[in-house]
Amino acid sequence: MTDNSTYDLEAIGVSKNFGTFRAVKEVSFDIPSGSFFSILGPSGCGKTTLMRMIAGFEEPSGGDIKIKGKSVLGTPPNKRNVKMVFQHLALFPMMNVYENIAYGLRCNGVGTAEIKRKVQDVLDRIALPDVAEREIHQLSGGQKQRIAIARCMVLDPDVLLLDEPLGALDLKLREAMKIELKLLQHQFNTTFVYITHDQSEALVMSDNVAIMNQGEFEQIGTPQDLYHHPKTAFVAGFVGDSNRWSGVVKASDGTGGKVETEQGLPMSFSSAGKQAIQEGSRVTIFVRPEFIKTVRPSEAESTAEAGDNRMEGVVDSLLFNGANSRVLVRTGSGELVESDVTLTGDNDLKPGEDVQLVWSSRQAMCFADQGSA
Amino acid sequence: MLAQNKTTPFLLGYRLYVVAFFIFLAAPLISAGAFAFNDSLFPALPWQGFTLDWFFGDTEPKLGMFHDRRLLQGLYYSFVIAIFVSALSVFVGTTNAFLFVRGEFPGKNFFYILMVVPLVIPGVILGISILVLASDTANYVENRFDLELEFLRPGLMLVVLGQFSFIATITSLVITARLKKFDATMEEAAFNLGASRARVLRTITLPFLRPAMIAAGIVAFLVSFENFNTTLFLVGSEAPLTITMYDRMAKVGSTPVLNAVSFFLMVGSGLLALLSIVVQRDKSAR
Amino acid sequence: MQNKDIKRLSLFLLFAPFALWIILLIILPHIGMVILSLKEKVAPRVYEYSFANYLEFLNEPIYWNTLLRTGSMSLLVTALALLIGFPIAYYIAKIAGPRSRGGLFLLCLIPLWVSDLIRAFGWILLLRETGVISNFLQWTGLVGAPVEFLYNDVAVIIGLTYTVILFMIVPLVSTLDGMDNSMIEAGYNLGGNGFTVLRRIIVPYAMPGIVAGCIVTFMLTAGSYLTPILLGGKNSSWFTEQIYNQFITRFNWEGGAAFGMLLLLFTSLVIWLGLKLSGQTLANTVAKS
Repeated sequence: MTDNSTYDLEAIGVSKNFGTFRAVKEVSFDIPSGSFFSILGPSGCGKTTLMRMIAGFEEPSGGDIKIKGKSVLGTPPNKRNVKMVFQHLALFPMMNVYENIAYGLRCNGVGTAEIKRKVQDVLDRIALPDVAEREIHQLSGGQKQRIAIARCMVLDPDVLLLDEPLGALDLKLREAMKIELKLLQHQFNTTFVYITHDQSEALVMSDNVAIMNQGEFEQIGTPQDLYHHPKTAFVAGFVGDSNRWSGVVKASDGTGGKVETEQGLPMSFSSAGKQAIQEGSRVTIFVRPEFIKTVRPSEAESTAEAGDNRMEGVVDSLLFNGANSRVLVRTGSGELVESDVTLTGDNDLKPGEDVQLVWSSRQAMCFADQGSA
Repeated sequence: MLAQNKTTPFLLGYRLYVVAFFIFLAAPLISAGAFAFNDSLFPALPWQGFTLDWFFGDTEPKLGMFHDRRLLQGLYYSFVIAIFVSALSVFVGTTNAFLFVRGEFPGKNFFYILMVVPLVIPGVILGISILVLASDTANYVENRFDLELEFLRPGLMLVVLGQFSFIATITSLVITARLKKFDATMEEAAFNLGASRARVLRTITLPFLRPAMIAAGIVAFLVSFENFNTTLFLVGSEAPLTITMYDRMAKVGSTPVLNAVSFFLMVGSGLLALLSIVVQRDKSAR
Repeated sequence: MQNKDIKRLSLFLLFAPFALWIILLIILPHIGMVILSLKEKVAPRVYEYSFANYLEFLNEPIYWNTLLRTGSMSLLVTALALLIGFPIAYYIAKIAGPRSRGGLFLLCLIPLWVSDLIRAFGWILLLRETGVISNFLQWTGLVGAPVEFLYNDVAVIIGLTYTVILFMIVPLVSTLDGMDNSMIEAGYNLGGNGFTVLRRIIVPYAMPGIVAGCIVTFMLTAGSYLTPILLGGKNSSWFTEQIYNQFITRFNWEGGAAFGMLLLLFTSLVIWLGLKLSGQTLANTVAKS
């Protein structure tokens, strides 16, 4: 699997400058054939610029982009076998579904009979065999989505780029489309590169996710990897929810130790991102809500082995959301800590109750602050 | 005061006012049209019975418009002028739309205002200024090179240019407004699907603009057809219909044949205006 | 880079028709007119540059009286068109039901497509001594003999208002249409009465449309030729008629050009004043409608 041609898409030190603004800084990655790759980052992080460079709408200021092992620098967008699903889909309103899908084939000079066959074939594959004669405005949001994908897939692209195509849909449809996109990608077995700022889209669908921030890739990995083993503080904070504390390391053996937080509380941690944390350095500690247990003082003993961190607090409020319910606990030093709870409707925690928060140092991910290590 | 269902006296009065306004709007048009069918030598009451003579009559004194050579000629020249004016105006309107929506160049705002200005210059002034420049040029060429440039003398060519000089602003505004609504990612999507630059223009951008171009063309045609002020100074021996009608009105006085022409023009422009609305509606239904 | 060259070339190609149009048909002709207006005929085929044509305008009260009369009557027509047209535009944009709205708007547009000449002709048939209104009044017995309504200032003002009011209503409807109904409701909700809501919310919001409508209306009125002549008769004293007389009847092109410049300067001055007073610009009013 080290052969170059098994990568559908490679970027080697790709940069893009707009004047003095560096939108993309030396980004490198490679995407194996047939996988679902997401680029996740906050808006303005450069992900759209990166995608436009892959599609050919922007020329990189530096670096190289290879598709199927061949550099595409200087190839105009209409000659690249990279197709793109646009944020607002950009279906052509003056053409019906058939004409939309046939458009690319016509541009390539495919014969009429062949076009007919291919269009019907792709419509069957997206499970919309009967919509060929419909006008675009007669389609539902989800159908439009699938037609936009079919319009690209009928051309058999090496890579399909998707630029936040779910952004305009309502919540329910978005959830359904996540699963559908994943299934479509399996079915076509084409490399999908998916751009989004919505972490749940990226985590649910992708084989691999790249986290992008300020023009750089912070980390590339599987969704589980990013969630449980973030390499940087940005990734830990951006992917998933977490409680965070800042503090100064009081004792460290390189991989773990003790911290005193800014509020003056002692806390034990384990180093994340394979960093060696030195004594005296300023750090940020992230703890995900699902790893914090909220217990009544009377039950505290039974959970003693579960965690070596412990904090006293008072229940401030309950955020009921079915299986994803949370409790907000105000600690002695006044800050609010979020923790997952199971609310059964019977003998649940109530606001005002005294509780203890318990978690393990192994779940306390610690990062040395930039510029202080 | 907003759309409410209860009928207050205020609202009732308001409705009456609106109705009165539309009567005011329709009255002269109805009187101009209706007398075309009055079997009388004068376009005035009393009503003397229905006739189509003022359209089809072929003998004096009831010579109908379809047998009146001067009027038919005027109609023909108006038609020729309007076709040229609308073709030119739509072409320049389209290039202007691309220039001002897509182009980036210094002084863009200044040039945009310059584009709007012809609309607020009185038509009479446009007419005489173009007449002056054309005559000066023609005189100069004649004196200097002994060459007679016939097309710079009052005539069809100058009428077309004079009308075009301000109708181009109207078409530019209409087509610019449409192009502004165009989603540029549509062009990118077409590129991405493998289309060439020319093909994108032909299959995506121009079809999107087509309703506005047709509508602008119809508006240009109608404005040209009814123009009088600019045309008055530039007209040569080939007088378009409005000039012919004005001459007739000034010299012969009003006769019902002028009502017939009015009726014919109103129906014709009504149908064209309706067509332009149907074309425009096509876009809103998407 | 090749891409840049293509861009520059296409920009040039797009700019060429625009430049040809504006330079050949607008700028050069006006320069030519200014030059011509500054010429004075001192002997047959001998000309000198002077302000004689403009001085003649000042020395002859009938000329500047006509210009002032044209200007003041145009302002009156503009004001009338606004007063009559605003409630109609408001009705179409805000009160009429969604279905009748389109129909009413179309009704408003119909006279727009009918020539000035036909509209004036229609008014002649209504207003003259043997016309419909005179006949109607005799029939009702209100008057005993035919009445002449034509050939006076009132007829001219009615005809002009009729001719230009659509150019007032159309921009007004489009600006009022863009106004969120909830703004008006909020105005009432916060305790305003009908008059304050109109004055503080609706009129300021519609200002670009009002100014656009007024500019176009004023220009069309001051520059109109047919309506004042046909409805006002021989003594209508409209300035465009003076220009026509200089050019065609007296064949005094230098004087005609000077009169043309004066009309242009005068109307531009009025519009400039109007824009300054209302705090609007040409680009966000006329260009938008």
